[in-house]
Parts: sequence; structure tokens; C-alpha cells
Amino acid sequence: MSDVNIKTGRVTGVNGNLVSVAFDTSVRQNEVGYVEISDGSRLKSEVIRVRGREADMQVFEATGGIKVGDAVEFTDQLLSVELGPGLLTQVFDGLQNPLPRLAEESLFLKRGTYLYPLDTERLWSYSVTAPVGTELQAGDEVGWVPEGIFHHKIMLPFGWQGTWKITWTIAGGDYNIQTVVAKAQNESGEEREIRMVQSWPVRVPIRTYKEKLLPEEPLVTQFRIIDTFFPIAKGGTFCTPGPFGAGKTVLQHGLAQRSEADIVIVAAVGERAGEVVEILQEYPVLEDPRTGHKLIDRTIIICNTSSMPVASRESSIYTSVTIAEYYRQMGLNVMLLADSTSRWAQALREESGRLEEIPGEEAFPAYLESLVASFYERAGLVRLRDGKTGSVTICGAVSPAGGNFEEPVTQATLKVVGAFLGLSRDRANARRYPSIHPLESWSKYHSLVPAEDVAEARAMLRRGNEVNQMMMVVGEEGTPIEDFVIYLKGEFLDAVYLQQNTFDPIDSACSSERQRHVFTKVLDVLKREFTFEDKTIARNYFNQLRQAFIDWNYTPWQSTEFECGEKTIDNLLYNK
Amino acid sequence: MRKIYHRIIQISGNVITLEAENVFNGELAEVRSGSQSSLAQVIRLAGKRVSLQVFSGSRGISTDSEVRFLGHPMQVSATTDLLGRIFTGNGTPRDNGPELTDHLVEIGGPSVNPACRIIPKKMIRTGIPMIDVFNTLVESQKLPIFSIPGEPYNQLLARIAMQAEVDVIVFGGMGLKYDDYLYFRNTLDEHGALPRTVMFVHTASDPTVECTLVPDLALASAEFFAVEEHKRVLVLLTDMTNFADAMKEIAITMEQIPSNRGYPGDLYSQLASRYEKAVQFRGENGGSITILAVTTMPGDDVTHPVPDNTGYITEGQFYLSGGHIEPFGSLSRLKQNVNKDTREDHRTLMDTMIRLYSEYRDTLEKQSMGFRMSPWDQKLLKYGDLFERNMMDLQVNIPLEGALDQGWKILAECFEPAETGVKTDLVKKFWSK
Repeated sequence: MSDVNIKTGRVTGVNGNLVSVAFDTSVRQNEVGYVEISDGSRLKSEVIRVRGREADMQVFEATGGIKVGDAVEFTDQLLSVELGPGLLTQVFDGLQNPLPRLAEESLFLKRGTYLYPLDTERLWSYSVTAPVGTELQAGDEVGWVPEGIFHHKIMLPFGWQGTWKITWTIAGGDYNIQTVVAKAQNESGEEREIRMVQSWPVRVPIRTYKEKLLPEEPLVTQFRIIDTFFPIAKGGTFCTPGPFGAGKTVLQHGLAQRSEADIVIVAAVGERAGEVVEILQEYPVLEDPRTGHKLIDRTIIICNTSSMPVASRESSIYTSVTIAEYYRQMGLNVMLLADSTSRWAQALREESGRLEEIPGEEAFPAYLESLVASFYERAGLVRLRDGKTGSVTICGAVSPAGGNFEEPVTQATLKVVGAFLGLSRDRANARRYPSIHPLESWSKYHSLVPAEDVAEARAMLRRGNEVNQMMMVVGEEGTPIEDFVIYLKGEFLDAVYLQQNTFDPIDSACSSERQRHVFTKVLDVLKREFTFEDKTIARNYFNQLRQAFIDWNYTPWQSTEFECGEKTIDNLLYNK
Repeated sequence: MRKIYHRIIQISGNVITLEAENVFNGELAEVRSGSQSSLAQVIRLAGKRVSLQVFSGSRGISTDSEVRFLGHPMQVSATTDLLGRIFTGNGTPRDNGPELTDHLVEIGGPSVNPACRIIPKKMIRTGIPMIDVFNTLVESQKLPIFSIPGEPYNQLLARIAMQAEVDVIVFGGMGLKYDDYLYFRNTLDEHGALPRTVMFVHTASDPTVECTLVPDLALASAEFFAVEEHKRVLVLLTDMTNFADAMKEIAITMEQIPSNRGYPGDLYSQLASRYEKAVQFRGENGGSITILAVTTMPGDDVTHPVPDNTGYITEGQFYLSGGHIEPFGSLSRLKQNVNKDTREDHRTLMDTMIRLYSEYRDTLEKQSMGFRMSPWDQKLLKYGDLFERNMMDLQVNIPLEGALDQGWKILAECFEPAETGVKTDLVKKFWSK
């Protein structure tokens, strides 16, 4: 491309992180441009509105130092990410800058420094899947490289329309990601090159699959309260709203570590940097018990923490979901944990305010709901063209202002997700972790155990809670013993099944088989008719039972201790 | 020579607008009207129209006041000469000392790359049992002190400043009563801490805009000591609610759309960009920045936008109520990083004492409802009283080990070992006979 073709413009105004640019020829909506300021730095920006001969651009950096008249260079490209081998184990900011490599240059995030996201020198062992003559469509496998334990497909670029015939392929061997590995020709005779890496605009969903399917298979998280009571499905969506201090982050870390997904993408959107540091330093040493590899080997971290620029916080959520869709296209189950979508919504609100748009509720933009909906709609279980399935499951943490679930972000989210795991401050204060509220939460997906059993257990919880409310008024003395036993049963279920110790290596990870087994036993207790002489005896009995179950929870699955624990419980239950 | 502008075309709130060229966003200017002069900062550019926020307010500015652009943004002198000095919210000396002009650096700089951070592992000892034992303060932590107006939060802050083992103290006062300013200065002076302290003080009678500069000035100088001088820096900010209120005032005069109770939509990002300056750098003598910030809660309401947004940003919080740090609700999210390496009984004692104290609170409730007190209730009442007097009282000043011993003594005075649920081996070793 010659210099003549480069589209340019001049800055005409600055307001916060929004600059107005008078353009010379033409611009595209959501096109990326660079503002060139007098100290020599080039600041990445995105066109978000065009009015007359002026484009409003959001700058992904601090805007101090920009002058009216500064040059702007447009790229003609939408904001995109690079997709190829080497994404796993990486840590990126919201614009896909590799943070560890930036760290080699400076302790601080100097503005205007952009690095290529992937390692261009590393060699990958490439094998050809589609020989010369094969006819392919966008998203079909051309070849593959091993990335850790994964079969990383090199695919026909997602943006290529129609059918393409492979005209040339490289021989299998070690190449870097920029190497042309194949060439293909379409019906009209145009020939293009295929590399291991391709770009894709983040705001556009990748749709090169055959069909979208109904999410039915559970995604096991090893949290009993989730898998049994409020299950999530592969390809489903759920949200975890909660006030600060309710344990959102601990829950998210637990999900990231123990969920039975192939790949986990952790998106730290406008949250504390310290929490990301824990992942950065612990995941490379923590082992993933299912594969025997390190946890980091299946993890990608997108980190745009609270003090990093707001505009790139807004884009980071799209960067994350695009990478998730890329791996889904390889037939993998991907889980995206976005913590927190409220910070993303706030970024939208800031931007909308600067654009002087008419505000909606709590000054959030009127289009908040449709943006939230279209983000969650990018999740899903899909059948690929080769018949395999892949999924993207999205978990959005929500941080409602004042812990009030009535606020717009929580409400917009609840409309579109398949499960709601509401965290409660009261439960957190009572140290009942995970603090998911067992009466207010819901899920539309299928549980590991039969639905009627879950309904029965939930009914017991509800009635136990009612008795508890009543006891607060009339005292223990005024409560009939039958009601008191219901209360004890509810508390028992809560203590031994809903609560789980996240910091214990065994109790924290409860497999689906174990959940089925333990739940049957718990249900047995709930259904059983007990007769006690008085309340003290009843309380003591349930205390004993609770202790036995908790001890049982701490024993390794199917070990001798486990069997021993079960015997103790059976003795208590059947020899009473 | 830079051009001087004379034609101001709009004055509204603390913002003036004029037509000027070759001005950059964030640039400082000097506005002179008659004998008065004030600094101002460019906050918006629209074609030739330049809007400036005048630090000392727009009162008395005339349409023909002189405006001279200085060609640089707001800066602070990053030198060790800062130590022992007191400045106003716009960075000029308040203590009759000389202006500092060497090695000026921009305030409000970029944030630390998360990949350069490390997990903090060093405890900061304060001599206050409710902190050291129950919610340990960790180097590089950011913690607010949530308080109702009227609580002794400034006294608590001053005590921590005096007793904390840090190299440099940076104090940022926002909307401070003049008496409180004098109190801090005198207390630091009496304890000989002034020579290792830098103070940026905005008092309640100073212009509002200057209030919003204080955290950035304080944190930029803290960053200098931590990065260049490898010092352990403690930043004390009081009161962040005043800072948020100043931002609210400015946002509304700028005709920005308010989000929640009049606060600007970017309140979270604004607070976060300050609090996130707290950091521990790598290396044996890597410096650190720890931030303790008073946040008064209007109407004792933790869901008010300022404490609420703060709670989502910080690593825990201290609740100050009834003259002591509340054991419930107060939280140090980083304590588990350090309290396993202090003394083997630390965690157990912490959990046991809090659990028993919570039972004591239940008993108090029962007592107030007129239920009969059992012997166990009597024990708890005795325990609660001892705990409040010897642990919770803010006057208590003992090192961590002393406080732990004290804890065992209180337990032994009130209970039998089995009643406390403490593991047998710890009882053998620590139970006071």
C-alpha cells in the first residue's frame, strides 16, 4: 500500500478519553486509528461515532498531551485480535498486548506501547490435514499443531466467503506462525495464502459452525451447590452477582481451577490487580488433576484491571469472548469467566456520558440491555462442519451497587442467562461458603441428580427456613418438635452439602459420581421420619450426624477412610 | 515566549473557556486577574475553544484576565527534599519553606503492569491488637477505614502512622478541618515523625478543585520514594468521601450526567486509579506503597456510593464504630498471606476469640430480651467484657506477641480449655495456668 492510500485526519477536540477527528477522505465505524502526539507516541483509538466530516474516537490510553491539530492515521481495520497457536498460558491486556513482554520494558504500562500478541519466533510442529485439491469452507481444518495437550487446528480464515480449493501445502515440519502453510483458490479464481495465524474483529461473533444446539450436558464445576442445585451446562450462561465481601472472586477462582472445561479464559475486567497476580503466580505451579498438567496450560488470562484505561476495559470483554469462540471452533469446551461485567457496563456508561447520549436508568446507556444480551448470546454449544461439537460457557460476575439486585446491570443480565447464582452477604458473614443463596438462586439447566429429588431437598430448605423465621418470634420453646426437626434437617443439608471448604484439597473438588453418591445419602436423611423425646436430643443427634458427614466430606473418594466414614453414618442412621 | 490570552468567553462554575491555539489536553495555565493568580488545567478542547478548570475557583476572574499556558501538565518535585515538608492541594508550600522545582514528574501517571506485581508477604505491625491479631495489615495493601462522622478516625490514622514500621509517610488531607490538620502536624512533630513525612493538605476552606489533586500529588510522591528510593511508603488519605464529593461538585458544574446520587459515572474508575497505586515491587529491598484511607459513611450507610465503590476496589476494610474497630465486617483480604508465619497459635486464637465474641453478642441480645442467663452465658458475658477492654479498646498498645499472650490469658480467665474448641497441642503449649 502506498502512502497516498493511507487515510488521515486531524484532531479537532478532546473530552476525557474521547477525541473528535476531522477526516480527510472516509472512515468506517469501529475502525482503528492512531493519534500521533507531539512527544512521538501513537495512541490507539477506535471510531465510535461519525457526524458530518467529524469522527468521534475513543482512545484506549490516557489523553493528556493531545492537541487540536494532531495528526490521526486510520488503519481501515476494525479492532481485531490475532488468533493462532501460542494463546494458551498467555496474559494479555484488553487490546491483546502481552503483559509479561511489556514488563520487560518497564514496570509501568507506558502508553502507546503495543506489542504483537503472539510469539513469532517459536516453532510449531505443523501437520497437514487437507491435502491439495481438498475443498474447504471458512473454519474448516487445513492442518494442525500440538499446543500443549490440545489439537490446535489451523483453519481456513473465518472471513473467507464461499468454497476454496487447496492449491498448495507446505510439507509437515516445524514453522513459526507467520509461515504460509497453504494456498487456496475460490470459484472466481482468486488465490490467497493461509498462515497459522489469522485476525478477527472482536465485536463480530465467529459463526463458521454448522448449527447451534441446545445446551443440555452439565458442565461439572465440582461445587455441590452448583452441580446439584443450580447446574450450568456446556454452552450455557450464568451470572454470579454479589456485594463486595461475599466471595465472588474466591468462587470464580474455584470455577477456574476445578471446572471440567477444556480451556478456561479468565477475564479480569476492571477488578483488582492483586487478584490477577495470584492467578499469575499460582497457576504455573498448581496441577490440574484431570490432565496432570499445570493449570496455566489450559488457561488464558485477559487482564484489564481497574486502573487501566477504561476504553480497553470495554473492549477486553470482546477480546476474551472472541478467543473463546476461536477455541470452540476446534471442538473444545471453553469456559469464559468475566469478572466483572458491571465494570464493563460502567465503561459503557462513561463512554455514553461523553457522547452526551440521553441516559437510561442510573445513567447507563439505553442500549445496555441489548449489549449485555448480545454478549451472552456469543456463548453456546455448536455442531461444527466436521460433526464435532464445541462450546463456550460464559460466567459473568456482577457487582451490583450497594449489593442491590434491582439495579440495571443485574436485571439486564438476569433476562438473558440460563442460571442465576446470587451471592449473599448474610451467608458470607455467617461463613457459609460458597455463599450462593439456596433459596433465591435458580437454574434452567439439568442437574446431575433427578429433578424431583432436587425439588424435595429444596422444599426441605424452604420449610426449614420458615420454621427458623417462626422460631425467632415464638422462641424454641414455642415450636412443635416436628417443626423443629424440619428446621434441623434444613440446617443439616446446608451444613453438609451446600457448604464446601474451598481451601481443602478434597472437599473443594467434589466429582459428579461423588455428588450423586453423597446426595442419595443426604436425601435419605431428609426423607427419614425421626422421633425424638425432646429438642436437646434431636439437636445432639443432628450435630453428631453433621459431624460424621463433614468428616466424610474430607475423605478421598472411594478410599478406605471414605468407606469407614460411610459406615459411621449408616450406624448413626439405621441403628438409632 | 508563550502567548498570553486576554479574552475569556465563558465562566461557569470553576471552569473558564477561551479561544487559544496549540494547547494540549491536561496542560497547566496561570490565570491572573488583578493581584490574584491561580493555576488552571485544560480539561476539554473543542476546536479553538479551550476549557480550563481553575484551581482556586472562578470567583473574581474577569473576562479580560490574563491566561498564560505553561507548556506542562501538573507536576510534583520528585526529590528527597519533599521530606518534612507541608504543601497545599495545588502543590505550593504551606510551611513557608522554599518552592521545590527540581526533577519534576507528572502526577497521575500510568499504572503498574500487573505482570510486575508480586504477592505481598510482609506484615506491617501497628501495635493495635484489632489490626495485628484479627485483621493484619500487609505491606502494599489498600484499606479504607469506614467510619461514621464523629468517630476518632483521624486519631486512629495518626496512631497507625506513628507506630507502623515504614520508612516514609505521605499524608494527604482532603477537606480537612483546620484543627485536624494542626492535630496531625503536631502529633507527627511530637513523635519525631515529621522528618520522614510529606504532607499535602487541603483544608475545608480551600478551593474545591484542589481537593481533587491531593491524592494524585500524594501518590506521585509516594511512587517516587517506592520506585527510586526503594522505600516502604505508607500513604494516609483522609477523607476520601470529601474527594468524591469534590468530584461530584465539579462534574455537576460541568453538566455531566450524574449516575448514582449525583456522583459522576466514573466514580469507580477514579477511585480505583488512586487505590491501585498500592503496590509491592520485586526484590529484597523493593519498595512498596500501602494505602490507608478514611472513608466516612454518610448516615452510617455502607451502600452509599462512596463506601460501596471503595469496598469493591480495596482489599478489605476496617469498620470504626463506637470508638473501636468492629470485629465483624472488618476484613483484611491479605491477612492469610502473612498470619501463618507469625506464630503458630495466631490463626487459631484469631478464629476462636472471634467465634466466642460472636456468641457473646448473641448472649447480649438474649439478655436484652429478658431470657434467663445460663452459666455458659455468664462465662460469655465475662469474656466479652474482658475482650472489649483488653483487645478492642483503641488505647491498648501492645505488640502482636503480647496481644496473643493476652488473648490466651483472657481465655484462661473465662473458660475451660475444652469449651473453647482449641486443638489440644496448642492448649498444652499456650494455655495460661
